[in-house]
Amino acid sequence: MLYSKTNKCSARGGVRVERKILHVDCNKFYASVECSRRPELRDKPVAVGGDEAARHGIVLTKNEIASRYGLVTGEPLWSARQKCPGLVVVPPDFPTYSRYSGMVRDILAQYTDRVEPFGLDEAWLDLTGCAGEAEDTAHTIRCRIKEELGITVSVGVSFNKTFAKLGSDYKKPDAVTVFSRENYRQLVWPLPVQDMLYVGRSTAQKLQSRYLYTIGDVACASPALLSALLGKWGPMLHAMANGRDRQPVIPIDQAAGVQSVSNGMTTPRDVTDEQEAHVVLCVLAESVGRRLREQHLVGKTVELQVRDNTLVTHGYRMTLDHYIQSTEDILREGLALLRQKHHWGKPLRSLTLGVSGLESDTMPCQLDMLDSTDREKRETLDKTVDALKKRFGDSCVRRAVVLEDPELAGLSLYETHTVHPTGFSGKVEP
Amino acid sequence: MDCKVYVEVTASFLPDGGVMPLAVRWEDGTLYQVDRVLDVRPAASLKAGGCGIRYTCRIRGQQTYLFLDADRWFVEKKEKPAHRA
Repeated sequence: MLYSKTNKCSARGGVRVERKILHVDCNKFYASVECSRRPELRDKPVAVGGDEAARHGIVLTKNEIASRYGLVTGEPLWSARQKCPGLVVVPPDFPTYSRYSGMVRDILAQYTDRVEPFGLDEAWLDLTGCAGEAEDTAHTIRCRIKEELGITVSVGVSFNKTFAKLGSDYKKPDAVTVFSRENYRQLVWPLPVQDMLYVGRSTAQKLQSRYLYTIGDVACASPALLSALLGKWGPMLHAMANGRDRQPVIPIDQAAGVQSVSNGMTTPRDVTDEQEAHVVLCVLAESVGRRLREQHLVGKTVELQVRDNTLVTHGYRMTLDHYIQSTEDILREGLALLRQKHHWGKPLRSLTLGVSGLESDTMPCQLDMLDSTDREKRETLDKTVDALKKRFGDSCVRRAVVLEDPELAGLSLYETHTVHPTGFSGKVEP
Repeated sequence: MDCKVYVEVTASFLPDGGVMPLAVRWEDGTLYQVDRVLDVRPAASLKAGGCGIRYTCRIRGQQTYLFLDADRWFVEKKEKPAHRA
């Protein structure tokens, strides 16, 4: 048995119960669901891909057979077809994936009430205090999901969330990996540093520039060096690499509130000037405003992200001296950001508009004497439009400006919008 | 070949919220009484695809799986044995 059953003495002399954390990762989730639903696909290379006509034609996920041809997630479908001529491309069916995700969570919830979803296809479980060995429970969960839903999962078992997640990536598909206090130096430390949560391409490059290639290298590096290199993330990564991640598993109903509300859109054709951007921002502001109002939130930071047709992304943000919620205000500030900060060079492929710095809309605030009449009118108008859209659909009332270019404004963002739970605040032992 | 056949089912809704199939109408219109439900469990259908609550039923002496997928019932179509030359 690799898993440590012993309790550990804390620095203050008390006995700290060793945590039993599981990370369950559904293997190639979208493709697995498609193959489970359609047995005729099981022996073929399959990719779930977006709509090429709407310029969403990339590989969202692929099955094991397609992976053998070297397909990469995010790769354009034309390139995927070149690598794998017999590739079957299936359009995504998000309601079904959401339903399968719910069924996986229903199974997990039968073992503990401490289940923290991480996207649609991953979740942490805290089995501390639960009867039985964590590894046995992990095998039971793996077998049940396979038998009951026809998809495979890999499960990581450890004493913290970081190592449990590394465990679910270590051996897949359909496997259980245990990283205990006894074996993590042998098994976890040789892994590449970019396998760790939070370490993306940029952080990995910074670490590699200091010859820190593996998790073990980070664990043995000086916290001062990491701090100088990565700021506050440095000591955090050092603690995580040494197994000192004390981040609790937070059930979805106890997760922190919404941090920001945003919508993005890859447009059916490139946006070349401000007038076209105005149409797209209108659609985005309508959705962001409605979602803010539904959640009774106001915000004072407006964020705009644009990606040009060479896939270079630029982000702009502006913090106001007052809170906003109305569609009109969000649109005006979004347009102001675009005018002030963006230099039109290459045409834009996608735009994202968001509001952060959120507070409850019941919070008392100083009104602008000159603006108060308009504000009340805007609030009433927004409420009326929201009520109409709720009853008759998102397209029953539209701004006249979007009629100038129905192709760009054709997508109803609100109705296709899905919030995927994430939430990992990165709390580690000091 | 599509192995999944959605069927009309007569079922009994139990006081505890459970559902028990009583009879199945096959696609040709024949009504088959369910003699006995041998097992009930969530399961994936390996032959037909999809998943749901799987009822292992005895119908006219034969053991058959009947699936309740959300609000639709389906069975796995049995393949006819190939004739030998």
